[in-house]
Amino acid sequence: MGDTPTPPGDLGTETDGGVRTYTVRLELVDEPGELLDALAPIAENGGNLMSIHHERGNITPRGHIPVEVDLGCPPDRFDDIVAGLRETGVNVIQAGAERYGEEISVVLVGHLIETDLSDTLLAIENETSAAVLDLSLSAPQGTGDISSARIRLAIDSGRSEAVFETIRSVSDEKDLTVVEPLLGGDA
Amino acid sequence: MRLAILGAGDVGRSVADLADEYGHEVVALADSTNAVIDDDGIDVEGALQRKRSDEPVGVDDPDDVFEGEYEVLVEATPTTLGDAEPGFSHVERALEDDRHVVLANKGPVAERYEELRALEADSAGSVRFEATVGGAIPALSTVEDCMPENVTAVRGVLNGTANFILTRMAAEGLDYEHVLAEAQDLGVAEADPTFDVDGTDAALKFVILANVLSEGGFALEDADVEGIQNIPGSALNLAAEDGRTIRLIGEATREGVRVGPRLVPENGPLAVTGTRNIVQIETRNAGSLHASGRGAGGPETATAVLSDVNRLAGR
Repeated sequence: MGDTPTPPGDLGTETDGGVRTYTVRLELVDEPGELLDALAPIAENGGNLMSIHHERGNITPRGHIPVEVDLGCPPDRFDDIVAGLRETGVNVIQAGAERYGEEISVVLVGHLIETDLSDTLLAIENETSAAVLDLSLSAPQGTGDISSARIRLAIDSGRSEAVFETIRSVSDEKDLTVVEPLLGGDA
Repeated sequence: MRLAILGAGDVGRSVADLADEYGHEVVALADSTNAVIDDDGIDVEGALQRKRSDEPVGVDDPDDVFEGEYEVLVEATPTTLGDAEPGFSHVERALEDDRHVVLANKGPVAERYEELRALEADSAGSVRFEATVGGAIPALSTVEDCMPENVTAVRGVLNGTANFILTRMAAEGLDYEHVLAEAQDLGVAEADPTFDVDGTDAALKFVILANVLSEGGFALEDADVEGIQNIPGSALNLAAEDGRTIRLIGEATREGVRVGPRLVPENGPLAVTGTRNIVQIETRNAGSLHASGRGAGGPETATAVLSDVNRLAGR
């Protein structure tokens, strides 16, 4: 390898001095200063910024802007950098070779409690590659009436349609209404 | 151009009223039972005054409109589903006489698009229908200007009543029934709001868009349609926790038509408020274009009809 710089696509290749190159994919809200705030934890944790690819033309399913950052740091510092990014509220989609996928929210409406909400969540997790990150439930008329739940899911990139198929079929069985996010375009 | 207007509801009356301002002349105005016809131009103000006082619009037979010296038939009778009659027959008759047709009636374009285009191909007249999608918003002419083959999808909010209800539910934390009653009091929702809140009206518009993108092939029965009646206020509150809101969103692509309540970013372009409408036209080479405005109303829709007439006149 000698002095040849590691190409950004070549993830995790070790270079002289034990510094490795990592690619981190982030989702940023389209607001002034967001990128600067997102980069601070990298420098603070001993990372060396190599390049930033700000995909302004693209929008993630959550309506945010994907940003790809190449950085160099010793391997033992990398986890701190990712943790630092998360602490500042930045959504890390992918860090190094590990993919975290995309985060998508759906809202379910219906007799959620009576139709066994935990069974609904399990079915979504078991039948798809999605992971339920959090759940917010609202049952203003009591648990015996119509209630709503917002579920935040982590989904492998490109798998959202398959996940929605599953959510639709689980919801059909339980007579629940699904409010899906609008993906595509710059919704 | 000399206009014959069929239909004397909000849109037909507004077209008659504004025609002169746009440089056109009205030679016939008819509702379902009566007509006023004069090849030298009718007295529009008199006819509208009679309509306002619940008198017959004129003493002529509506069927005789087709015998007159009109150049453009403005079809503004109520939208009917299924066979789209009598609107379709009106268009057929005008095209067979080699006259132009401008539609405000969604039925023939949503339900019998290929037949309409076949009739047009055999006629010296042309068919235009900007007013059928989003009232005053130049949705179809924008697709036409970008050329339909370069448009990959059209999305948006094209029903003001459903949008008004969802906006009020989100702002006030109220439930559907409560806000619907309020919308009816304000005259935003009809006494029977089914057509608007069950998604049918929006679906007809997205079916028309899909037909334009694909050169036909779609009718209402091909659309996947869901309404907003099952959305409680609590669902909108939960959406807001995540910076989202719920809107009745339609999508038209060459693969199909889908209309239903969807989560969209609260501050995003598609989260229009009140009775406002918006279309997002996704293009192959120019990103997304947005046009927002009043999607309904007599004078608003009449401006779309009259821009079609101007295009036919080559201005």
